[in-house]
Amino acid sequence: MGEIEVRGISASPGIGMGKVFRLEQKRLVIPEEEIPEEQVEQEIGRFLEGRRKAFEQLAGIHARAVENLSGEEAEVFEGHLEILMDEDLEEEIKERIGGYRFSAEKALGEVFEENAREMEELENPYMRERAADLRDIGRRLLYAVAGEELVSLDSLEEEVIVIAEDLTPSDTAQMDKKRILGFATERGGLTSHVTIMAKSLEIPAVVGAGELLSHCRDNQIAVLDGTAGSVVFDPREETRSACGEKISLLKKEREFLDRLRDLPAETLDGHRVELCANIGSERELEGVLSHGAEGIGLFRTEFLYMDKGRLPTEEEQFAVYRKVAESLGGKGIIIRTLDIGGDKDVPGLGLQKEENPFLGWRAVRMCLDLPEMFALQLRAILRASHYGKLRIMYPMVISLSEIRRLNALLGKAKDDLRAAGVPFDEDIEVGIMIETPAAALTAHILIREVDFFSIGTNDLTQYTLAVDRGNERIADLYQPLHPAVLQLIHRVILASHEEGKWTGMCGELAGDERAAPLLLGMGLDEFSMSAGSIPRIKDIIRRSSRADLRELAVRVLNAGESREILEILKAYRSESLSPGTQGQNDLI
Amino acid sequence: MISREIEIVNETGLHTRPGNQFVKLAKTFESEITVRKGDREFSGKSLLKLMKIGISLGDRILITCSGEDEETALDELCRFVAALTE
Repeated sequence: MGEIEVRGISASPGIGMGKVFRLEQKRLVIPEEEIPEEQVEQEIGRFLEGRRKAFEQLAGIHARAVENLSGEEAEVFEGHLEILMDEDLEEEIKERIGGYRFSAEKALGEVFEENAREMEELENPYMRERAADLRDIGRRLLYAVAGEELVSLDSLEEEVIVIAEDLTPSDTAQMDKKRILGFATERGGLTSHVTIMAKSLEIPAVVGAGELLSHCRDNQIAVLDGTAGSVVFDPREETRSACGEKISLLKKEREFLDRLRDLPAETLDGHRVELCANIGSERELEGVLSHGAEGIGLFRTEFLYMDKGRLPTEEEQFAVYRKVAESLGGKGIIIRTLDIGGDKDVPGLGLQKEENPFLGWRAVRMCLDLPEMFALQLRAILRASHYGKLRIMYPMVISLSEIRRLNALLGKAKDDLRAAGVPFDEDIEVGIMIETPAAALTAHILIREVDFFSIGTNDLTQYTLAVDRGNERIADLYQPLHPAVLQLIHRVILASHEEGKWTGMCGELAGDERAAPLLLGMGLDEFSMSAGSIPRIKDIIRRSSRADLRELAVRVLNAGESREILEILKAYRSESLSPGTQGQNDLI
Repeated sequence: MISREIEIVNETGLHTRPGNQFVKLAKTFESEITVRKGDREFSGKSLLKLMKIGISLGDRILITCSGEDEETALDELCRFVAALTE
């Protein structure tokens, strides 16, 4: 018999191989007939008795969740208990039994389903998801009333791969994490409960795979690849050995990353740089710390403006900035002020469609025209600066006068807070993002007005080469390693050092394994990237010497075209990198 | 009977967990407690109702308390909502 592969959505990375455990509930037959009047009392009694049993089960799950999950996740089950015992639900169910002569099962099934549907109609997606909680509670009650057991994952005897139609919150809370190698569900998507749980428990998972249960049997061998989003039943010998290799490689990699986490990003000859993370919302904070970031080099604030259908208040912004400031301890966080306009719509601003959005009314141009809106953001950042190490960064600057006007607004915001006696960091540093050729070419002038630079390579490349990065027909022309772009980057770094200040980079190039040695050789002080890239870049830096990298930078800056530059960088990586201090060269 | 209007300031609104805390707190008072959002009004002591009405960030809700401990109840419930952070 050949292997069967089923593909779904990659919900949580990693790979597992083991026996299949099908999580399938027994189908219940709901008594549809009208009940005779004399049976009403008895049906209500069955409902109440079932509810008592369901309450005991849920209380047990809650106790287990308190032990195994975070306090917050456990509290959700307190909410479940509260809903199970809800008086209105009880009345609605009794009404259907007594008034419509429904069986207890039919009555409660309808009541829970109706309420879940109502919840699904809400605008807030978070609340809509809660309909799943309600159905979960309803199902537990239904089985309890019918006197049937719900199959659960709490007493697995060996390590398994769980295959299910869907997993409910109570299924995942009961799961014995150590015995689960991975799971795959027929339903679910990237924002559903299973996906969130799988990620937080770090269990490989595939969701939304369509038909699964009909393809497998209990105890059959399966390979589940959460990274690729596939499940293979009855894998061939080659599939099994490939999977075994991947598992051991992942294990090695994890050990390697763990060892690197707390080590500095320092070259063999003792030159240290800072590796930071870019984040786009406070939800990404966890990954920042777990990958060993030394700070946040770019905190995008656009999500605050785009998610809500209206502009955020000062308080809302303050709460988010403060949370970020506090969770990073004393580590630096660069908050980029609103960088929006043209191509991104913000409800509440009434933006008009522009012919050339990337060359239009965006970022600081808009903020300078809307000083009152901008003042709210500045005040929120300043107030939060009392709770951690925040820095402010203005995007899309092209001239000295812009910086002066922006700083004047910042000065005004500080005066207001001072007058009101609100504490903030008086020494908060201010920088600009360098993403236009204009700013790069006048860096030596602009640096006098600010404390630092951070280079945004995505826009700098697009503006320097006049290449729209979204246009596929000219995708080959979009080349951050073009000599013109590199000359500008070098110029910016030197200009900041002349004044005893520093330059970071928060564009994609900073996390590019080919480019990192070059950028360090050119003198870049801070590299900010998606958190997951940090360990690899750190590894490369720790295996290089600054003297070699300076020489590498000179050679690259004298090269005539991108292709030549790529070859030099490739040769450096394959020939000149020292064997890993970690003894893990095979990983890069 | 006293009422006060208050704005929801936390990102996810009164979802399961904060909602449950709200209901738990409401149940500690003798007073009858209602919550109004737009033109819908419901008991502040039912988590299910609270969730069904979908109270989210930026919503303004009117909390009304009526009974012997109405003042303490209203103060404490408003303070609870204002202090939500997640």
